[in-house]
Amino acid sequence: MSTQSSRFAARLMVAPSVALLLIWMIVPLAMTLYYSFRLYRLLSPDRTGWVGFNNYLWFFNSPDFWLALFNTLALVGGVLVITVTLGILIALLIDQPVKGQGFLRILVIAPFFVMPPVAASIWENLFMHPQNGLFSAVARGFGAQPILFLEQYPMWSVIGIVSWEWLPFATLILLTALQSLSSEQLEAAEMDGAGAFARFRYIILPHLTRAITVVILIQTIFLLGIFGEIFTTTQGGPGSASTTLPYMIFKQAIAAKDIGRAAAGGIIAVILANIVAYFLMRGLGRNLNS
Amino acid sequence: MARALSPRRQLVTTLAAWTVALLIFFPVLWMILTSFKTEASAVAMPPQFLSADWTLENYAEVWARSDYPRFFWNSVVIAVGSTLLGLLVAIPSAWAMAFVPGQRTRDLLMWMLSTKMMPAVAVMVPLYLIFQRLGLLDSRIGLVIVLMLMNLPIIVWMLYTYFKEIPGEILEAARMDGASLWNEIVHVLTPMALPGIASTMLLNIILAWNEAFWTIVLTTTKAAPLSAFIASFSAPQGLFYAKLSAASAMAILPILILGWFSQKQLVRGLTFGAVK
Repeated sequence: MSTQSSRFAARLMVAPSVALLLIWMIVPLAMTLYYSFRLYRLLSPDRTGWVGFNNYLWFFNSPDFWLALFNTLALVGGVLVITVTLGILIALLIDQPVKGQGFLRILVIAPFFVMPPVAASIWENLFMHPQNGLFSAVARGFGAQPILFLEQYPMWSVIGIVSWEWLPFATLILLTALQSLSSEQLEAAEMDGAGAFARFRYIILPHLTRAITVVILIQTIFLLGIFGEIFTTTQGGPGSASTTLPYMIFKQAIAAKDIGRAAAGGIIAVILANIVAYFLMRGLGRNLNS
Repeated sequence: MARALSPRRQLVTTLAAWTVALLIFFPVLWMILTSFKTEASAVAMPPQFLSADWTLENYAEVWARSDYPRFFWNSVVIAVGSTLLGLLVAIPSAWAMAFVPGQRTRDLLMWMLSTKMMPAVAVMVPLYLIFQRLGLLDSRIGLVIVLMLMNLPIIVWMLYTYFKEIPGEILEAARMDGASLWNEIVHVLTPMALPGIASTMLLNIILAWNEAFWTIVLTTTKAAPLSAFIASFSAPQGLFYAKLSAASAMAILPILILGWFSQKQLVRGLTFGAVK
């Protein structure tokens, strides 16, 4: 039913979203690129000019930058490992004939709907707080010193909070995939003498490949930009111990009011995202085309 | 793949599953419990479960603080507004891609998704400056536009996967029976497309409500939604735990309830139909 005229109408219908997304991508990105080569500080607006790669060099020469880069990748990697592993285990557990499965799902999915600042503030104040947190109460109950989560292990704490937020997403998707696995196949394998581990390794895991791929792709997109959780809890500290690349750029723009440097950081973030996307697509793209 | 188990094993797995689910849910539960305690009770050591002083005071007090309803209202306007605007732009596009696919439709969809890979911080500076120039900083309309653009790829993708499942033959059959274009849209297409549009709307309201980068960067007080408000809410030495919890509970409850209704669609929606 695609005649010449209907195809023209179709293009017309697609045009607005494509145009909007093009503008949304290209205009700010071009401006970021422009500013990244300029001296532009909001605190001294009279001194402007071209500075070549100085803004970029400032990043590369700053030890904070390499730490931020490491933290960003550690956050993405750490959360992916935790959520996928625990997600598989929990999905396997809930998939059993369990009483009240519907209500169970409602409990498990809840953290996903909690906005990042609230999630972060619950953990920071009600659980990790060294005086009033529940964790410190438990530690004292055992006669131990409360752990200073956000002071001593800021990055691990942030990874933990973000994992809690994303675990439901991974679990729910893996559970959905599990439910489409036929039980006959598993029973046949069992009769042939395949143990629980063999069944998991050779039947369940291959069946989950596509779902795991989707979880990794979607989560990576969101995890690379994690911001609210750090803003609410550690503010990137202590020092810059929990500063990620997005947070470092935010600090340059908002606190230091150095537009040029923040812009250079933005371009670096784009390059990083492209590198990650390239490897993801290369490594995982095959699993999706089927 | 649910299989029959022996009664004893079923009891064990049921217990294990419930323990895990309650552990995952516990932080939310603890926050809700804390929101009903007095401030003294909220920080008491050892923590109080049943012996706490319960009160509704925190909710009344948070709501009475003149600014809370405004943050709440900002959240509603921004989340619903950006979603409706996004649907307005995305429905025709997704429709055309699903029913009149060209050779490049697939590439176009992938490109749209790839715009999501661009980190928000990369465009923060110019967007801030543009907004400053246009007087859009700390305005609801500004946030509506930004969140609409941010979620547009997801809206188009979700609608596309839903529309794709509407069989094209039905349209042709209706046309053969002499249905006018108007009848076709009202009586055939809309009823079939409505569930997909509704799930897309629900999921995007949730995403927009919970957004916590642009809301923090682009607002100060006037247009700040709940996500920005909670992010800046400091609790010095546990003085306001109960009130903070009450404010948080009010911020997440509407979305939690919406989310529970849409959890099935969430999987399809956020995986763009790749997992069923």
